[in-house]
Amino acid sequence: MSNPFTLNGGTVLSMKGKNCVVILCDTRLGSQYETVSTSFPKIFKMNPRVFFGLAGLASDVITLHHKLRFHVNLFQLKQERSMPPHVFSKLVSTTLYEKRFGSFFAQPIIAGLHDDGSPFISSMDSIGATTEPEDFVVAGTGADYVTGACEKYWEKDMEPRQLLKVADKCLQAGVNRDAFSGWGGVAYLITPEGVEKFDLKMRQD
Amino acid sequence: MQESAYSFSLTTFSPSGKLGQIDHAFAAVAGGSTSIGIKAVDGVVLAAEKKIRSELIEKESVIKVAKLSKYCGVTYAGMGPDFRVLLKEGRKDAEAYRVRFGEECPVSEVSRNLAQVMQEYTQSGGVRPFGCSLLVIGKEADGKPGLFQVDPSGSFFAWKAACVGHGASDAQSYLEKRYEEKLGLDDAIHIALLTLQESFDGKLTPESCEIGVCGGKYGSEFRRLTMEEIDEYLS
Repeated sequence: MSNPFTLNGGTVLSMKGKNCVVILCDTRLGSQYETVSTSFPKIFKMNPRVFFGLAGLASDVITLHHKLRFHVNLFQLKQERSMPPHVFSKLVSTTLYEKRFGSFFAQPIIAGLHDDGSPFISSMDSIGATTEPEDFVVAGTGADYVTGACEKYWEKDMEPRQLLKVADKCLQAGVNRDAFSGWGGVAYLITPEGVEKFDLKMRQD
Repeated sequence: MQESAYSFSLTTFSPSGKLGQIDHAFAAVAGGSTSIGIKAVDGVVLAAEKKIRSELIEKESVIKVAKLSKYCGVTYAGMGPDFRVLLKEGRKDAEAYRVRFGEECPVSEVSRNLAQVMQEYTQSGGVRPFGCSLLVIGKEADGKPGLFQVDPSGSFFAWKAACVGHGASDAQSYLEKRYEEKLGLDDAIHIALLTLQESFDGKLTPESCEIGVCGGKYGSEFRRLTMEEIDEYLS
């Protein structure tokens, strides 16, 4: 059954801009080289300011999403406030490490805005070791290819529209080189004014 | 005699709908020495009266105000040993929150958890309710100061100024007269000590009271004032 991390395929990317973040993913669900579905988005809205991308084994993506949804909703009800992105990131990390010796086969990416409008991104491995870089985070089967494109095209303090354009270009450049990702994509652009969702136009082969 | 027939187990209601043991717990609180909490614009203060039974006791070893977490503190009125158990649980919950979410536990969450523990002791078998009421202070999630009272029944309330213990009703009417919306932390500390003095036998000394603060010139972390610092407020 080879590697559970690459069995279903899929790639997620998030980039920081000036008071904005963008998070994107492809929509393919496969079984090794066979494409099973082309409508399997891997990004979830946890609250109006926090988005959560998961690349890896589809069953674990779904389970982990439900598990975290439970905790985020409970937090919202108990404290009557939205969970800030850095708190959500830590929650994901501890949730993953709880299963240190039988981990979920998924790599999360978190994107969101703080109350003061400053952007937040983080990524972690399947047992919750976190990085919070200044530029971009990538996960999934196309991660290596997307990283290369991002290193070339990412710039500091991009405006929302430019950020979306660059991130879209980088994702497609990477995903088109990866047989396990592609078949459509979704992007969420998060700014202090609100969130916009985009369906990405891309090669369907 | 009718009531006492139902006091063998606190989980049994009397026909009038009362849980006798909880009323008795409140009586234990009402017998305890007075504690006061006042919320100011820039911080919040706890003040507690310390009863030293004998001149021979090492006064510094009697502790009424304690640190719960980096930004939260607590005091009580009632039974000291029961308070110690709640303090231990409160510290554990606050630390578990910090480890899980990567940020310090807000004071409302600490209070809610303590209230949850106290409620469980009114419904479980083979236990009795806690014989103390708590005053919890600290920082809220939005950075503002918070003050909460937690009772043996498990109910908890947010206050601008609160008091528990044997002088509570007198202290409350005193505080209602003295409290202002735009109070600074230094003024709040003075008012807290004046309120304690009202119900205190003789003159208040640094040995006979304790103060815990967070905010204002003391910084946002919770801290107990030293005897020297308390002396400055008393003179």
